[in-house]
Amino acid sequence: MIPVQFDYVAPATLDEAARLLAEHQDEAKLLAGGHSLIPAMKLRLAQPSLLIDIGRIKDLAYITEEGDQIRIGAMTTHYQIEASERLKEICPLLPECAASIGDVQVRNKGTIGGSLAHADPAADWPAAILALDAEMIAVGAQGERTIRAQDFFVDMLTTSLEPNEILREIRVPQPQKNTAQAYMKVAQPASGFAVVGIAVNLTRGDDGRCQSANIGITGVAAKAYRASNVESALAGNALDEQTIAAAAAHAADGVDANSDLYASADYRRHLAEVYTRRAIQKAIAKL
Amino acid sequence: MSKFVGQRVKRTEDPRLIKGLGHYVDDIRLPDTLHVAFLRSMYAHARITNIDVSEAMNTPGVVAVYTGRDLGEKIGPVPCAAALPDLKVPDHRPLASDKVYFVGHPIAAVVATDRYAARDAVDLIMVDYEELAVVVDPEEAAKGGAVVHEKFGDNVAYKLTAGEGDIDAALASADKVIKQRILNQRLAPIAMEPRGVLARYLPGEEELTVWSSTQIPHLLRTQLALMIGIPENKLRVITPEVGGGFGSKLNVYGEEALLGWISMQLGKPVKWIETRRENMASTIHGRGQVGYIEVGCRNDGTITGLRYNVFADLGAYHQLLTPAIPTLTGLMLSGCYKIPAIQINVTGVFTNKMATDAYRGAGRPEATYVVERAADLVAAELGLDPVEVRRRNFPKPDEFPFKTATGLFYDSGNYEAALDKALQNADYARLREEQKRARDEGRIIGIGVSTYVEICALGPSQAMPAGGWESATVRIEPTGKVTILTGASPHGQGQETSFAQIAADELGVDIGDVTVIHGDTSIVQYGIGTFGSRATAVGGTAVYIAIERLKEKANKIAAHLLQADISKVVWDENGFNLEPEPAKVAAGAGVPEADLPAGQAPGASLPEPQIEGKKSLSLQDIALAAHLAKDLPPDMEPGLSATYFFEPKNFTFPFGTHIAIVEIDRETGEIKFQRYVAVDDCGKVINPMLVDGQVQGGIVQAIGQALYEEVVYDEQGQLVTGTLMDYAVPKAAMLPWFELDRTETPTDVNPMGVKGVGEAGTIGATPAIVNAVVDALSPYGIRHIDMPIKPENVWKIVNQQS
Repeated sequence: MIPVQFDYVAPATLDEAARLLAEHQDEAKLLAGGHSLIPAMKLRLAQPSLLIDIGRIKDLAYITEEGDQIRIGAMTTHYQIEASERLKEICPLLPECAASIGDVQVRNKGTIGGSLAHADPAADWPAAILALDAEMIAVGAQGERTIRAQDFFVDMLTTSLEPNEILREIRVPQPQKNTAQAYMKVAQPASGFAVVGIAVNLTRGDDGRCQSANIGITGVAAKAYRASNVESALAGNALDEQTIAAAAAHAADGVDANSDLYASADYRRHLAEVYTRRAIQKAIAKL
Repeated sequence: MSKFVGQRVKRTEDPRLIKGLGHYVDDIRLPDTLHVAFLRSMYAHARITNIDVSEAMNTPGVVAVYTGRDLGEKIGPVPCAAALPDLKVPDHRPLASDKVYFVGHPIAAVVATDRYAARDAVDLIMVDYEELAVVVDPEEAAKGGAVVHEKFGDNVAYKLTAGEGDIDAALASADKVIKQRILNQRLAPIAMEPRGVLARYLPGEEELTVWSSTQIPHLLRTQLALMIGIPENKLRVITPEVGGGFGSKLNVYGEEALLGWISMQLGKPVKWIETRRENMASTIHGRGQVGYIEVGCRNDGTITGLRYNVFADLGAYHQLLTPAIPTLTGLMLSGCYKIPAIQINVTGVFTNKMATDAYRGAGRPEATYVVERAADLVAAELGLDPVEVRRRNFPKPDEFPFKTATGLFYDSGNYEAALDKALQNADYARLREEQKRARDEGRIIGIGVSTYVEICALGPSQAMPAGGWESATVRIEPTGKVTILTGASPHGQGQETSFAQIAADELGVDIGDVTVIHGDTSIVQYGIGTFGSRATAVGGTAVYIAIERLKEKANKIAAHLLQADISKVVWDENGFNLEPEPAKVAAGAGVPEADLPAGQAPGASLPEPQIEGKKSLSLQDIALAAHLAKDLPPDMEPGLSATYFFEPKNFTFPFGTHIAIVEIDRETGEIKFQRYVAVDDCGKVINPMLVDGQVQGGIVQAIGQALYEEVVYDEQGQLVTGTLMDYAVPKAAMLPWFELDRTETPTDVNPMGVKGVGEAGTIGATPAIVNAVVDALSPYGIRHIDMPIKPENVWKIVNQQS
């Protein structure tokens, strides 16, 4: 449980961090909260020769509102999101998801940006970020660019960030009124990671029908995904028990489900269906 | 007098531990210490055709690299203390030389100036392996096929049959015979502090000191002296704080001897702190039994016979007690029932895995699980309430000492009282009604009952491989402070508190005036250690009797100084008083001296004893007089201390009833506790808070076995559950509230009437939880389900049939 030797730098600015990253390419790793990277290094699964600690860069941890967007700095800890009274009011999916991550120590150190950039297939944030249709702001040598959540997760532990890009901010559209949100997960009893994790973000029209539904699912496949067949089965329909159950049955449509010691692929798909239904019901119960 | 005994006295150990001021092995820093890292096998079974350490040797900071071939037979084999007839014992050296037998098998030790250099160099050792056929499953291992140790021809290390009564006749004449295959899966003990060793050889003094995180410092010293070949009186074992053991540190490991030997080679201190991955792979595992039970009963629920044919998964090597664990299972197969015929047939088999050995309960949880599952199987077969089956088979309180068909004499018990109290606390009758109602509503609720008995206070020396007594020295220092030296070196149990409670009451001093010293073989007289729920019942009794001895001497001194006949001296909390003066009058004279704070007036000389005209003397007066020795009875030796080695005449047999109430999620198979009720009887209680803590911790580990934990090796013998990301230890948030209660049935095995409680929770709780889940699933025709009970397996049962 001792990593291989590595160098450590703690740049003061994002530009400096981006420059170092461009210089060292694959040899370097960004250190955020360290709760995924450090264990991987201790097991020698990750062996970067340089750690660029972005934890000393000022102003990367914040939750603000700009126009119709919530903006979250990449270095904002899970706990800061969990504890945000404002978020509980305007976008409860975020604190609910944060509260389900790991344990208190993990939430105090781990960051939303670190988790998203690491793209663990069983991490909680990707489900919520997909359901919220968030945007990722990446900084690189060529400047800034915006990546939609749907385009961000490429494969297991792989995102569309370029090797020299740094995730700087997450932008979440302000939920409209009559939006119902919830996050539910089945935690793997050893790791606490999601066997399945379901994020629901839907709006109900004045007619009582579902206006739009975004469902993000993590833990089931190699990467988190939007359950589009569930979404389309809900959109425009009454949010009654039958409709919800029928829609949730599509939670794992076309998905190559993971299998491990805790849950087979079949069971995982089944859990995805059951918890999709429950998460939708939990969300609309808040309306 | 009981000012402290029976009270919830807070652990005196805790302030230093909570503040991070305790000293574990890794906290002990010696100048010039070298650090050791191990290369361990990545294969479960392979021949080592070549090892090249040259590149590792040339790494900056590396001082030495040792391989099994370098070592040869310079260090004696890792000992196995189990004396079983015809036991096959493989030659087990600290490092593998020609073959590796399990993943994690140590191959080479790198010694370097820091931990990092040592670890880096491990990756530079080149090993050529020739892979060999692997055997993982114990039943397969017994059948033939791949052989772990070539020289034995097969994998059967021993066979053992035990038990009394005509089991064949009992089963043949039973109204019903129920058969069931059951698993006690392999578990990892997971002490929070992994193992750790620091060894320092002083070439001038020719003395070796080994600091080790162990449960048995003295036994370890003897064994290490034999392994390393150093005189035992030149070897000192120090056990500082130990962060849990659960049996995994009731052992002698190759690394402990090797570190001592390396320090002697290099003349410098060497340290090794086990990593968590090493701990998962190379510290002993527990359980690992695949068994077949046959239980015979009459139609009224009377159990007439029990047979248990079991394959014990020993792993590749014997550690200290590996083959002996199933013998404890055999001893406890009667549970708390009158079963006239019992037979256990053990087949101990080698597999390409880490050794199994003692893990909290050590053979008894396996037995209790067998008996308690059997009782429920009988109930299900006959359509009886599981409680009624248990009640029908209990021995009555007046039948104690009760002889079992496994050859034990249960000291005392009132099983029905504990059962009734638990039923009352749980409101069992109402629970059953609620269960019925819930079933009608489509909910799946299960109620599981386990009535257990366990064997504690290990034990009489006749039944133990290396002595079953325990030692204590109680010393009153000249200033009146009390020092206790105990051989029962704790690893988290709280003996510093509980033994001080006993001493404070027996000596009439404040608990703060008592210091309990343990875990240093150069300071403490020989002792056995802490395991088998023995510390209080055996070690605490040694303290108690040593104090009685010491008071006899103090009484004589008091009589002498008070110029009275010894029959006139009465001891109470104020000291030694002359009759008929009431204690209160005398107290004023005696107390001020006793209150002398420690360390007062540095450099001050001892006060002169003020005896004249007194009718009462404090303990401190006596201690001072005993040490100044100016006026002692003729022929009395000076000083005031007593040492006692207590040999128990029997084990003790605590018991209790655990009731688990679970609800199963019909759609997902997930299991949730609704309530958990336990009534434990561990005899007289010294500290209820410590007892509660032991019971709670035990139940948690039982929940782990019942629902979450399993050491998994794949078919190639790779350890699948090699980290805590894969091996599920229950966390606080996964636990129910424990509703604990007690009955108190003393034992006559020791004068305090204490029995022991360290393993009760793990023993009593596991079957209660499994019985609850099986009870919940009984409408689906389920009579048994193997551990750990995973939601997916439950879901399959519910899903297939609804």
